[in-house]
Amino acid sequence: MTSDLISNLWVFVLAAFIGFEVIKRVSPLLHTPLMSLTNALDAIVVVAAIIICGRHKSTLSTVLGAIAVAASFSNMVGGFIITDRMLRMFKTTRTKKP
Amino acid sequence: MNPLTAQQLIDLAYLIAVALFILALRWLSSPATAKRGVLAGEIGAALAVLATLCNYEIVDYKWITVALVVGAVVGIPLGLVHMTAVPQRTALSHAFGALAAAMIGIAEYYVRLPHVAKFEMVEISLEVIIGSLTFTGSLIAAGKLQEILPQRPITYKGQNFVSLSVLGAAVLLALWLVFHPEHSHLFPVMVGVSLIFGVMLVTPIGGADMPTVISLLNSYAGLSAALLGFVLNNKALVVAGALDGSSGFILSVIMCKAMNRSFTNVMFGAFGQVQVSASKDKEERTVRSASAEEAAAILGNANSVVIVPGYGMAVAQAQHKVRELYDTLIKKGVDVKFGIHPVAGRMPGHMNVLLAEADIPYDKMIDMDAINPEFPQTDVALVIGANDVTNPAAKTDQGSPIYGMPILEVDKARTVMVIKRSMSPGFAGIDNPLYYLDKTLMLFGDAKAFVGDIIRELAGGH
Repeated sequence: MTSDLISNLWVFVLAAFIGFEVIKRVSPLLHTPLMSLTNALDAIVVVAAIIICGRHKSTLSTVLGAIAVAASFSNMVGGFIITDRMLRMFKTTRTKKP
Repeated sequence: MNPLTAQQLIDLAYLIAVALFILALRWLSSPATAKRGVLAGEIGAALAVLATLCNYEIVDYKWITVALVVGAVVGIPLGLVHMTAVPQRTALSHAFGALAAAMIGIAEYYVRLPHVAKFEMVEISLEVIIGSLTFTGSLIAAGKLQEILPQRPITYKGQNFVSLSVLGAAVLLALWLVFHPEHSHLFPVMVGVSLIFGVMLVTPIGGADMPTVISLLNSYAGLSAALLGFVLNNKALVVAGALDGSSGFILSVIMCKAMNRSFTNVMFGAFGQVQVSASKDKEERTVRSASAEEAAAILGNANSVVIVPGYGMAVAQAQHKVRELYDTLIKKGVDVKFGIHPVAGRMPGHMNVLLAEADIPYDKMIDMDAINPEFPQTDVALVIGANDVTNPAAKTDQGSPIYGMPILEVDKARTVMVIKRSMSPGFAGIDNPLYYLDKTLMLFGDAKAFVGDIIRELAGGH
C-alpha cells in the first residue's frame, strides 16, 4: 500500500507545480472568478462521495456520503454558474460598442 | 466486460477530466479565453461524475439521486447570488467543500475499522482535521462577511496560546489514533476539537484581512481534497486538490505582499484591534471640504481622472452610480481609469467583479503597479470608499501600523477628492494624512448619493 502513497505523492507534487505555473499567469482582474472556478473543480470530491454513498457499507457511511454528495455537488453546480456569470460581465471598450 | 476494464475506463475518464481542469485554469489567464475555460471545466466535471456513476461498487442509487437533487437545489441559488454577496458565497463554498471532504474521511475511517494501517490513519486524521477546521473557519468567515457576526476582530488575553493548545490537542489525538486506531471513541473527539479550532482560527481576524483569510481557507479546502485523494488512492482528487490548494496559496501570498504582512501576522496579529500608538501630534489640522457642485466643476474640467474604489463603494452599492459618472465624464472627453489595489474589498479581485457588473470595461481597470506611475500626470484622483490603500503614511511614517504596505499613490495627483461619510477613521483606526493635504478635497456623504449629486451637477452645469 505504501507504493500507492509514493505514486500519489508524485502526482501531488507535479500537479502542484503545474498549478503554480498556470495560476501565476491568471490576470489579477480575474482573481474572484479564479477562486470560484477552482472551487467548482475542487468539488470533484463528489465522485468519492458518490461511491461512499452508493456502495452502502453501513448506514453511517451512506448518510455521511449523502451529505458529502449534496455539499460538493452544490459547489460544483453553483461554482460553474457563478463563474460563468462573472466572466460574461467582463467586457472591453471594444466589445462594449460594436 | 469484466470489472477491471470498466474500472480502467473510469480512470481514463478521470484523466481526461483532470487534463480539462488544467486547461480550464490555463484559459483563465485572460478574459478573452476565460469563458472557454469554464466550458472545459464543466465538461471535465460532467465526465468524471458520469463515469463514477458507472462504478460497479455502487449498489444503491436512491440516496445518491436524492443527494444530487439536494445539491442542485442548494447550488443553483448559490450560483445566482448578487455580485455584492460573492465574498460570503465564496467563503460558504469553501465550507461546503471542506465539509464534503471531512465527511468522506470520517466515513472511510469507520468503514475500514478495526484494521487501519498506520500511514492510512495518518492520512485520514490529517485530512479530517484540515477538513473540519476549514469547515467551521469558513462558516465564521462567511458570517463575518454577511455581517451576521461582528467584522471586528474578537480577541482576549492569551488567545494564541489557547488556540494553539486546541490545535495541539487535535494533533495529539490524531497521533494516538495512528497507533491505536481501534480506540474509535477518540475519533469524534478529534473531529470536535478540530471544529472548535476552526472557529478560534477565524474569530480574531478582522474584516480588512478577509482577502487573505479567504485565500488561505481556499488553500486548506484544496489541501483537504488532495489528502482525500491520498486516502482513497484517487488521483483525480489529488490533482484537483493540488490545483485548488496552489491557487489559494498563490492568492494568499499576493494578498500578504499587498499588505506587507506575513502569514503569521495575519493569523495571529488581530490587525485593527490594538492601535494604542495613535498619532502623537494631536495639533489641529484642517481639512478642506467641497460640495458636489465644486467637485463636478473640477471633474468636468479635468483631462484625466483616476477613480480608486474600495470596500466602501461595495457597502454603499455605488458601483452603478460610478458607471454613470464614468459615462458622463467619457462623453465630456475626460480620460477615466480605475486604479485597483490588490486588497481593495473583501476578497481577491472583488472590485474588478463589481465594476464589471456595472458594465465598466475591464481594460479601464488598472492594477496598482501599472497605475502608480500615472498619478503624477493625473488631474484628479477620486477615492470612493477606500482608505488604508491610499494612506501615504505607509511610505513615510515608520511608526504607522501599515508602514511598508504598497499603496496607490493618489497623493501624487494634482487634485485628490475623497468621498467619505465623516472624518472618523475606519475600524483599523489608522489616521490618514492624505486628508490633510492642501490638494485634497473631502466630499462628505454617502458614496452612492454623492456620486449621484456630482452626475446631476455635471449634467445641469454644462
